[in-house]
Amino acid sequence: MQIAYYPGCTIKVSAPEHEIAALAVMRVLGLDLHEMREWNCCGVVHSLATDNLIRHMAPVRVFARLQQQGEREVVTLCDMCFNTLARANQVARRQPEQMDAIKATSGDELNYDGSAEVLHLLQILRDRVGMAAIKARVRQPLHNLRVYPYYGCKLLRPTEVGLDDPEVPTVLGDLMAALGATVVEGNLQTRCCGAYHVVNRENLVAERVAATVAQARANGANAIVLSCPLCHFNLATRQSNPDHALPVLYYTQLMGLAFGLPPATLGLPDATALFEEALPTAHHAQAVPMCTKGER
Amino acid sequence: MTTSIRIGSGRNELLQKVEALSGQHLANCYQCGTCAAGCPFHQAMDLLPDALIQHLRLGLPGILERQTFWICAGCDTCSDRCPRGLDIARIMEALRQICLREGGDHPALTQLERADLGALPPIALVASMRRNSG
Repeated sequence: MQIAYYPGCTIKVSAPEHEIAALAVMRVLGLDLHEMREWNCCGVVHSLATDNLIRHMAPVRVFARLQQQGEREVVTLCDMCFNTLARANQVARRQPEQMDAIKATSGDELNYDGSAEVLHLLQILRDRVGMAAIKARVRQPLHNLRVYPYYGCKLLRPTEVGLDDPEVPTVLGDLMAALGATVVEGNLQTRCCGAYHVVNRENLVAERVAATVAQARANGANAIVLSCPLCHFNLATRQSNPDHALPVLYYTQLMGLAFGLPPATLGLPDATALFEEALPTAHHAQAVPMCTKGER
Repeated sequence: MTTSIRIGSGRNELLQKVEALSGQHLANCYQCGTCAAGCPFHQAMDLLPDALIQHLRLGLPGILERQTFWICAGCDTCSDRCPRGLDIARIMEALRQICLREGGDHPALTQLERADLGALPPIALVASMRRNSG
């Protein structure tokens, strides 16, 4: 099965390991993500002002190109791209006059009718592949991994575009349980990491990262799993003690490890301290509970 | 210090601008504080979101000098939880836009060292640019 794939800038520039791992694990699951042609930056944040139509042009251009290429749906790995594209799609459906204006502004080049579907890879995994099929592909269960799923904002909010319950999401936890890991939870899993404030208000990000990592550790986690490349950057690079940082991994990388793929093919150097700490005996199956809920 | 409040007299131009740009009707807020309680950054704000709305409604001075709407990262927790259906993130965006359109853009990344620019992910840079330009 094939599906069009929209990478976005950051996956290509800052998070190639997420893409490499995603393409590898989807191949194992029999799904081919083929990169759409002529994609551009989605604009990253959905414009919230009522009169700023120009800022919807970037995501609408992506949809227009998609339709020109004969595709009806597109999948993305990046939470911010997912959110921006999905919200622009809502505008296209609810305010077709705005699409008319964009079409006119572009000299009729960008013609989009709101009929495409944007999906996050986690939706494909949960709703089309299914956790049972994922579990069936596991060759090396991650029994000794105690992992804290971190959702952040853009997968979940606003509710009308979010892919899971915004207050008590389960998709990452269910996926980790299917891989054989122990899931550690806490009430900061859905709290914003500080996002773009890392550019010039680093203290805000540092405070959020410190609280989140402290909760994950206190509840027994030996790694954090997440989806968003910006959350990954903040959580991986803004921990107070880099020498004893809690490892931060993409769910695609953990899927690859559980499927028995070589770490090097998942953007994971095979002998790093990170790997040793996060997965000390991950490849030695032991009987431990599938899922233990930490204190919330 | 004495502050005079005149309710119902004169035009509250800032409130009108904010409502036009955000598409939100601020009279709907009943000051429950759910937005402030759930905000991950409330400790860094110099006026909590519910108080900001009240200041706007009353036409109090100094609103555009506040840091609250620059601190807001648009995580949508408040907008999602508001029992009155107010999209508070849009109110914050309206205040940012009013400042930027009247006072000019101030993209933070112009102050970054080249090495920092290279290290930061594009989504951080573009989001910061967009939040700091009108």
